[in-house]
Amino acid sequence: MQGYIVRRLFQGVVLLVIVTTIVFAVGRLTGNPVDLLLPEEASEEERQAMIEALGLDGPVLEQFVVFIKGAVQGDLGVSIRYRQPAVDVFFSRLPNTLLLMPAAMLLAVFMAIPLGILSALRRGRLTDKVSGTIAVLGIATPNFWLGILLIYIFSVQLGWLPSSRMGDWSHYVLPTITLGTFLVAGFMRLIRSSMLDVLDSEFVKLARIKGLSEMRVVWKHCLRNALIPVLTLWGVFMGGLVTGTIVTETVYAWPGVGRLTYEAVIFRDYPLLQAVVIMDAVLILAINLVVDILYAYVDPRIRFT
Amino acid sequence: MNGDIALEVRDLHTHFFLRRGVVKAVDGVSFSLHRGEVLGLVGESGCGKSVTALSLLRLLPNEAARTVQGQVLLDGEDLLVKSKRQMRQIRGRKISMILQDPQTSLNPLFTIGNQLSEVISKIGAERGGGVMQQAIEVLRKVKLSAPEQRVRQYPHELSGGMKQRVVGAIAMNRGPRVLIADEPTTALDVTIQLQYLNLLKELQENTDMAILFITHDFGVVARMCDRVAVMYAGRIVETGPVREVFNNPSHPYTQALIASVPKLKRPEARLHTIEGQPPVLTDLPKGCRFEARCPHAEARCRAAYPDSFTVGAEHAANCWRLDPA
Repeated sequence: MQGYIVRRLFQGVVLLVIVTTIVFAVGRLTGNPVDLLLPEEASEEERQAMIEALGLDGPVLEQFVVFIKGAVQGDLGVSIRYRQPAVDVFFSRLPNTLLLMPAAMLLAVFMAIPLGILSALRRGRLTDKVSGTIAVLGIATPNFWLGILLIYIFSVQLGWLPSSRMGDWSHYVLPTITLGTFLVAGFMRLIRSSMLDVLDSEFVKLARIKGLSEMRVVWKHCLRNALIPVLTLWGVFMGGLVTGTIVTETVYAWPGVGRLTYEAVIFRDYPLLQAVVIMDAVLILAINLVVDILYAYVDPRIRFT
Repeated sequence: MNGDIALEVRDLHTHFFLRRGVVKAVDGVSFSLHRGEVLGLVGESGCGKSVTALSLLRLLPNEAARTVQGQVLLDGEDLLVKSKRQMRQIRGRKISMILQDPQTSLNPLFTIGNQLSEVISKIGAERGGGVMQQAIEVLRKVKLSAPEQRVRQYPHELSGGMKQRVVGAIAMNRGPRVLIADEPTTALDVTIQLQYLNLLKELQENTDMAILFITHDFGVVARMCDRVAVMYAGRIVETGPVREVFNNPSHPYTQALIASVPKLKRPEARLHTIEGQPPVLTDLPKGCRFEARCPHAEARCRAAYPDSFTVGAEHAANCWRLDPA
């Protein structure tokens, strides 16, 4: 088990190095930020001073070495807009996102598991068809549009829920739904199909031959097996969740990391953007590590290899 | 009512209602199983052996499958009219089953001990020093080596033969009246097969448990069974004591089956094969179902399904050629 975690951690570090390299390279490919940061009438001296201040002089390889050296020590440059270390800006916003993401995940778990099971057990009947249609809509609806739609209905027309910013519990409802819908829909379909596979399996037949109750057959023998493919695809969904926060937080003016990403792009705050992307990668890797450990806990065949 | 009969199946019909038609997988199967008896149910793949077995337990694979007619009398009580709840009480306790493939019969995510614990009663556990202690005892009965370790292991840590012993232990622990064994040794190595058959036989001899042994292996029938029923296209075409049927096969299908078993005495001869295919189960002929492949087919074989004719003590077959009239 320890070996397994160490191996996963090592893989995470390798991935992080790759991500950092790509982020650095892409940052150099999008043109000189100085052009955007300074007003058009800026003099050549001002430009030169800015280039030096940002460390953009010298060969690219040297810049990369400097960047990596800093990154290893937790220094991802200074945000141009906030004039603070980019990492500090990221961490000041992170808690707000860490309130929203788990809320969406919980919504997904509590909606998708029962609905997925129910769809599988009532395959082809009305419940299955209705939930299937909702799932397709949920996957197909882009969340910026869903966000605007929800605001229009529940904030503008009905006036039931606030449309933006953080506050009491009511501020969480719309962003959570917006962020969680595709998770709910995706998980639900996944659980349904893996449930159907499991229900067909021989060990479920044996469980029934034992004379176990249907509750026990479904919740003990089927669900845990059905969740394995969900865990396998968890990483993919987490990527979607992180990018989902960019849109959702922007729509709801939620002061989290997602909105910070959006702002960094809009204001061409590229040190901040680099920092956010790298930290997002760290976040996704951390979640995946937790999931991998969970995976080993659920499936003994993984634990022992 | 005959007190000696553990299970009696009368005119069982299980059909699959599909879009392309009604598949009559089991179409009028009747047989009885005496206490302590081993009845072999033989026939080729797709003839309805497994569907028959699942019909008895009322565990048909999907909603398209329904038992539309018949009676399944276990100790005189019809299982087909029991409620779902009653059926759960009967499964595992009075009638149980060993599945074909031990590799997939156990849940990969739970320990052997955990899966055994589901068939150990609370009272049994209290008397036997706890559930795990009781599980170890159960494994000892099926002669699994190092049972103390096995209960803590997961299915993937055991070999196929060991797993099948666990499945056997699960199926038989509550001392069912009837055990259905659906090709329990097909997936095992040949050397392990014999051990497993001997184990089953041994465990059965200490009880009056009846076994319905589904197989397509006549060697296994000869070793295990007292009587044999030959199934073809959803119906039983011949039944009788094993020795009787082997020495005097009366239905042309049985004759052909026995002729296609390789014989050690004549290794040079080509194996006998049965020409043609069994009939499509959605479109069954009115007459004898073997007629199209039968070397002795006559006009009346096409006209009507043959009655059952007695050919010896407890030995009967459905073939017009046996008609004394």
